[in-house]
Amino acid sequence: MSARDRATARGRLLSLLVQFAFLAILLLFWYLATTVWGVSRILLPNPLDVWHQLVGVVASGAFIPDLKVTLGELAAAFAISTTLGVSLGYLISRSRYLIKVFEPLLAAIYAIPIILFLPLYVLMLGLGPNSKIALGATISFFPIVLSTIAGFGHVDRRFVTAARSMGANDLQMFRHVLLPAALPVILAGLRMGFTVALLSVIASETIASFAGLGHRIVDLAENMDTARMFAYIVFVIVIVAFLNAVVSKLEGRARWR
Amino acid sequence: MAMIGSGAPRAPAIGLPQRLLRRPGVARLAVVILLLLIWEIAARFLLDRDFISPPSVVLMSLGNLLATPGVTPALWLTLCEIAVAFVLAVIIGAGVGLAVGLNRFAHRSFMPIVLLLYGIPQITILPIFVLVFGIGAASKIAFGVTHGMFPIMIAVAAGVQKIEPVLLTSARSMGANRIQLFRYVIFPHMIPSFFTGMRLAMSGVLLGVLLAELYVSTAGIGYFTSMFTENFDATKLIGLVSVLAAIAIALNEIVRRAELRYTRWRD
Repeated sequence: MSARDRATARGRLLSLLVQFAFLAILLLFWYLATTVWGVSRILLPNPLDVWHQLVGVVASGAFIPDLKVTLGELAAAFAISTTLGVSLGYLISRSRYLIKVFEPLLAAIYAIPIILFLPLYVLMLGLGPNSKIALGATISFFPIVLSTIAGFGHVDRRFVTAARSMGANDLQMFRHVLLPAALPVILAGLRMGFTVALLSVIASETIASFAGLGHRIVDLAENMDTARMFAYIVFVIVIVAFLNAVVSKLEGRARWR
Repeated sequence: MAMIGSGAPRAPAIGLPQRLLRRPGVARLAVVILLLLIWEIAARFLLDRDFISPPSVVLMSLGNLLATPGVTPALWLTLCEIAVAFVLAVIIGAGVGLAVGLNRFAHRSFMPIVLLLYGIPQITILPIFVLVFGIGAASKIAFGVTHGMFPIMIAVAAGVQKIEPVLLTSARSMGANRIQLFRYVIFPHMIPSFFTGMRLAMSGVLLGVLLAELYVSTAGIGYFTSMFTENFDATKLIGLVSVLAAIAIALNEIVRRAELRYTRWRD
């Protein structure tokens, strides 16, 4: 190990130390704010109380009904947007003309904050799960359809010509040429669609609903039960991180095959 | 010349509509008009008018919507919240991005923390913002700032990181002081990433402010969306949503144009 390597290793260790110190100081300030400086318990609960509440929520299984609602809405929304996004994207990608017509249109709509559709969906579909599914499906449709168009639409012409000249029929062409070439791009779009579907389902539960994890947080906030609310926030953040990690893992594995 | 008139295959005569449809831009417009027509016909003849309103009616009653007491001030307030949140997000984001990007040690230490914070689904903490900042403009601005500042932070940090060290070293060896170094080397090089960051910050700020506006149902835009929903006033609801969407499109377009203009020299 040269002196230079040792210096970078020491720098890396120092960086890790700074990161831990930063998080530790944050927690310490939080603790001091609630115990010594007397910040209102309603605005900022004691971190120990939050920890006890979190343990209570997880151990008692109180989160299960809300989690079921949220995951059910997510599954329905993602199923709809994947089906529509991949099939429409494939159809559009079959013609250069259609790509030129539809790709800019879809990209332009995607640039609007689609959360604005939520009030319309609540009016048309009610406060129940349907409006959340509709919003999640709408928001996640765009990354999926755009990446499907990008994936299938930009397959190297030489591969297509080579396969044709070797006598591949349409099915073989799809299975052995188009799909392998397009898959990585489509999978990236599906992962992004999953993440935005999850976030928009939680967001629409937060804004207008009777059930689900987002609704639980709002409910606890309105009852000023802040310690339990913080516990649920931590719980949701962990769930979201876990689901995103699982989907990234799946994407990586599917890419390899 | 003898070919002419001797029955040579001629290009099939096609009408003007077909020729126009060959241009993607025209076809795109036709798709939009077709969708609006389907919406118009479905809303007029097939669906319940309590739940959906045809686009022509929405357009004609926009004046009516804006004359509804409180709607125009709420729209103005939302626009102001977006503007203030955007300016704050750009200042904080560019400041932190520069501080983190210009120093290798700071970058290695704090960038993971920035990415960690950016990864948190902020919608979960929206109720805390309203508890702390109240139901007025402050909570919406704050929520817009936290949505907008991370993208610009990351873009600016990445931009100044990519400055070639030889440029900094040679400027320093030619006797540039810190201010000159910033003015003549760092600043011109961060311009493209700064504008890219501003575009991303704008979509973040729009999302944050609109989420908070819709969440608070006792004041501002959220009050009107919930009131129109409860009264089954589909015309006014669709009108209000359309006006907000138009504001969002206009603001996005401004920053997108600015980005195109100021990033071109990079290529």
